[in-house]
Amino acid sequence: MNERMVDVAVIGAGAAGLAAATVTANAGCSTVVIDREKFPGGILRQCIHNGFGLRYFKEELTGPEYAGRAAGKCLDAGAELWLDHTVSNLKRTDDGLLVLDVLSAETGVTRLTAKAVMLAMGCRERNRGNLAIPGSRPAGVFTAGTAQKLLNSVGVLPGKSAVIVGSGDIGLIMARRLTWCGIKVKAVVEIMPHPSGLTRNIVQCLNDFDIPLYLGHAVVNICGKNRVSGVDIAPLADGIPQDEKTFHIDCDTLLFSVGLIPENELSVTAGVTLDLATGGAKVTSGYETDVPGIFAAGNVLHVHDLVDFVSEEAERAAKGVLQYLKKETTADNCRAAAGKNLKYVVPGSCRAGEKQLFSFRPLIVTDGGKLTAKCGDDVVFTQRIPFVRPAEMIAVEVDVPENAAGITFELHPGEVSK
Amino acid sequence: MIYDTAIIGGGVSGAATAWWLSRYETNTVLLEKNADVGFGVSKANSGIVHGGFHHPVSSLKAQLELRGNLMFEQLRHELGFPFERNGILVAAFSEEEMTTVRKLYEQGIANGVHDLEMCGRERMLELEPKLNPDVVGGFFVPGGGTVEPYCYVFSLMESAIGNGVELRCGFEVVSGSYQDGLWTLQSADGREIQARYVVNAAGLYADQVSARCGAEKFTIIPRKGEEYLLDRTCAGRPSRVIFPVPSKHSKGVLVIPTAGGTTMIGPTAEIVEEKDDNATTAGNQKRILSLVRNMINGISERDCITAFAGLRPVLAESEDFYIAPSEKVPCFIQVAGIQSPGLTASPAIGEYVKDLLKKSGLSLAEKAQIKYFLPARHTAREATLEQLDKLHAENPAWAHIVCRCEKISEAEVIAAVRRGHTTVDGVKFYTRAGMGRCQGGFCSTGILQIISRESGIPMTELTKRGPGSTLLAGKLGDLEVKA
Amino acid sequence: MKKELICIVCPRSCHLTAEHDGENWNISGNMCPRGKVYALQELTDPRRVVTAVIPCRNSLQEVIPVRTDQPFPKKEIASLLNRLYKMSAAAPVKTGEIIWENVDNSGINIIATESRDIRKDG
Repeated sequence: MNERMVDVAVIGAGAAGLAAATVTANAGCSTVVIDREKFPGGILRQCIHNGFGLRYFKEELTGPEYAGRAAGKCLDAGAELWLDHTVSNLKRTDDGLLVLDVLSAETGVTRLTAKAVMLAMGCRERNRGNLAIPGSRPAGVFTAGTAQKLLNSVGVLPGKSAVIVGSGDIGLIMARRLTWCGIKVKAVVEIMPHPSGLTRNIVQCLNDFDIPLYLGHAVVNICGKNRVSGVDIAPLADGIPQDEKTFHIDCDTLLFSVGLIPENELSVTAGVTLDLATGGAKVTSGYETDVPGIFAAGNVLHVHDLVDFVSEEAERAAKGVLQYLKKETTADNCRAAAGKNLKYVVPGSCRAGEKQLFSFRPLIVTDGGKLTAKCGDDVVFTQRIPFVRPAEMIAVEVDVPENAAGITFELHPGEVSK
Repeated sequence: MIYDTAIIGGGVSGAATAWWLSRYETNTVLLEKNADVGFGVSKANSGIVHGGFHHPVSSLKAQLELRGNLMFEQLRHELGFPFERNGILVAAFSEEEMTTVRKLYEQGIANGVHDLEMCGRERMLELEPKLNPDVVGGFFVPGGGTVEPYCYVFSLMESAIGNGVELRCGFEVVSGSYQDGLWTLQSADGREIQARYVVNAAGLYADQVSARCGAEKFTIIPRKGEEYLLDRTCAGRPSRVIFPVPSKHSKGVLVIPTAGGTTMIGPTAEIVEEKDDNATTAGNQKRILSLVRNMINGISERDCITAFAGLRPVLAESEDFYIAPSEKVPCFIQVAGIQSPGLTASPAIGEYVKDLLKKSGLSLAEKAQIKYFLPARHTAREATLEQLDKLHAENPAWAHIVCRCEKISEAEVIAAVRRGHTTVDGVKFYTRAGMGRCQGGFCSTGILQIISRESGIPMTELTKRGPGSTLLAGKLGDLEVKA
Repeated sequence: MKKELICIVCPRSCHLTAEHDGENWNISGNMCPRGKVYALQELTDPRRVVTAVIPCRNSLQEVIPVRTDQPFPKKEIASLLNRLYKMSAAAPVKTGEIIWENVDNSGINIIATESRDIRKDG
């Protein structure tokens, strides 16, 4: 068994892990980034489409290009990448160190001891079973990400004609990808009355190819004995499928793009407490979890819609790690809470009298919304949010007032509510 | 080659019969219509080793259930499949239900079940603290347990094959005729096999096989059971199998701590038309969740990772098993209607069928040497770091984790393929890879690559569970992009 | 003549209105100048950045991701892809390297979006 000691161990070499490791390595901390895959970049590597990086790299890039640049920065900073390695266990010792059990075919079993750990494992896709979609269990049912990996990383086709369930961005991007591979996309089915993905993706991924989008519809049955033969789809009224209006679409493939779940099983093993609203860890303004020395950033903390925000958040979290290592962390003294029309706020606490960036997930669709922050009954912050969509994260910087013990955010619908 | 015995059907009954026969100087072949054994009734059930109190001892099923139950320790010792004797609790939530509980308890005592214990509320909560505190009482059956049914079938077959039994998969018997002391069985794809004796253990299709061989006419009705699988992190996972008080037609919806470490809730019981109807239906998840939440705390729909349905092969004519030599054709043993508690009874069913064959004249001399034990099977999940370090030194693939949710190593997947499990479901059932919370979302691509590499089957020809269930449609460029 | 468009330049997805006065298109609804450029292009000669993967020889990875280095005429995309899938690249390849130069004399190149090293085990 191998033994190693480092300052910082980063779990996951996706956008979050690479950005965090770049910061800690640049600050002179010995940093190891561990990832299961053979190449760095995480899910970005299978997202071969363009549309990334406008904010973080000031240039429009494809996923692999973004990943390549992020990995390059990380290596230049002097971080070590342990690829094809799996962290099988994480725990904090009584003397405040963090021990990771790391496995790989190449190096076998390694016990890695770190002063601080950054959780950057990203998320996994919700699947058919999580939603209990009725029907038979044939081959040809994939999550959108699995189909994306098969197509973009291996070059094999998951089917010949497909229906996509869920209009999130991954589902929309996959509608175009399948079409561009010669696979007929028969429909995209969305349970909500509005699309879950960005409007521009509706335009360039569905409208460009005349792919029908069924809003307010649900798949009520998956048909086919050995391979998918089709799906039954019904419009919803008050959330209930209208049986008499059910129709059938023939297809041999069904793709699910129905949401993401932060992948926190390892975090829980280490004793980290999760926030039910985000599915990620509860963190302080320094992105530290309730286990001292364990930090979290990116999609493992809360699901982002833009990778650029993931990289930026990981950089902020890495600064929290640096403060922790220098023992300069000051405890938060002001609780942050999500109020009306907001699903959550990250981080869940901050320091009174300091500037703090907060991220939110809205629950409503509205144009010209207004975000407010209250300390007690006093409104201490107001910002207009032109386009509010559940698909789009809101991030604002707030001067938290001196002596504030709690700050509560609310989102007010604008004049044009949808 | 003329076989002494041809067993039709590689489910628990067929595999257990093959395993028993493998201990004697006799040639046995097992014919399975699917791509792998255990792919029918045996793969989709509750995985319970029942306690012997549900059925009156006058029935054949109760006798075989009681005997089968007692054989599981020895089998696990020899074959190494996951089995836990974690006990069964029957929980009553009203005085009315307690009346039934007392009757069941007495039936259990009459059947000769050991260590049955009538329990008051306090004792029930002591045995299972996660029980709803509204529980009134119940009884405890320490001899009940859980088993991974597909692993059990795989182990029986692996041992049987190791001791000389032959296995033909993809062999669907379409006709059988008896002439000059020999059965000739033909498959759908034109293969032919000759044997002196035939065992019809064809599960849902035992009625068809019987008719195709000119034996008794009977009808097997598929009775569907839906099950919902919960993540291994589920807070409501009990330490014992929790039964409600049964109704006339069903043992009810249970909470099952599976031998694989997950939690399962179900099954439903509903007669269906088609023998390949494995569809789950809308609303059943909610119904089952609400039923089990009345019994156990801490179960949430967020824990649900997949749903499936299995079919019980129920005889139209009787609720009991039908295991007997045919009275219409010679040298033909019927093993039909093996519904619950068929899994529990199966080791005893195999023995019983072996004895019936002997009575019918099959010569069964004990082998001088038998390989009793299957090679020990390690799992990366259960190995300590020190053990993994050693395993890695022998084979680096042990430290390459391919299925993150269930912590399955590449070495385990390779072992499955080398034992002939070349479908994705076969590998899943053998290793648990793809059985966890992401349901193969992350690992299926890598697993397809390993199966293809190890089996030599091109990736685009790999199937989920045999012919017709191909997973991929070709390579990039095979389809024309339309303008 | 009047047309409604949705801008795809950035995630804001502005709803644009284009009105033809007999001579020129007048664009409104855009929140930045890029929206106008997009609308005019979309009305006269719609283009998209095309991304794909193609087989890659001598590499541990079966395929390599590629893209057009500029937006490509929309109506030619299917023909481009059908020809692209018949091509392959060979490691070593560097990100940005041209895989197919000046496609159909358009001045547009197909470039690699990820590097590929030569596989070491043969």
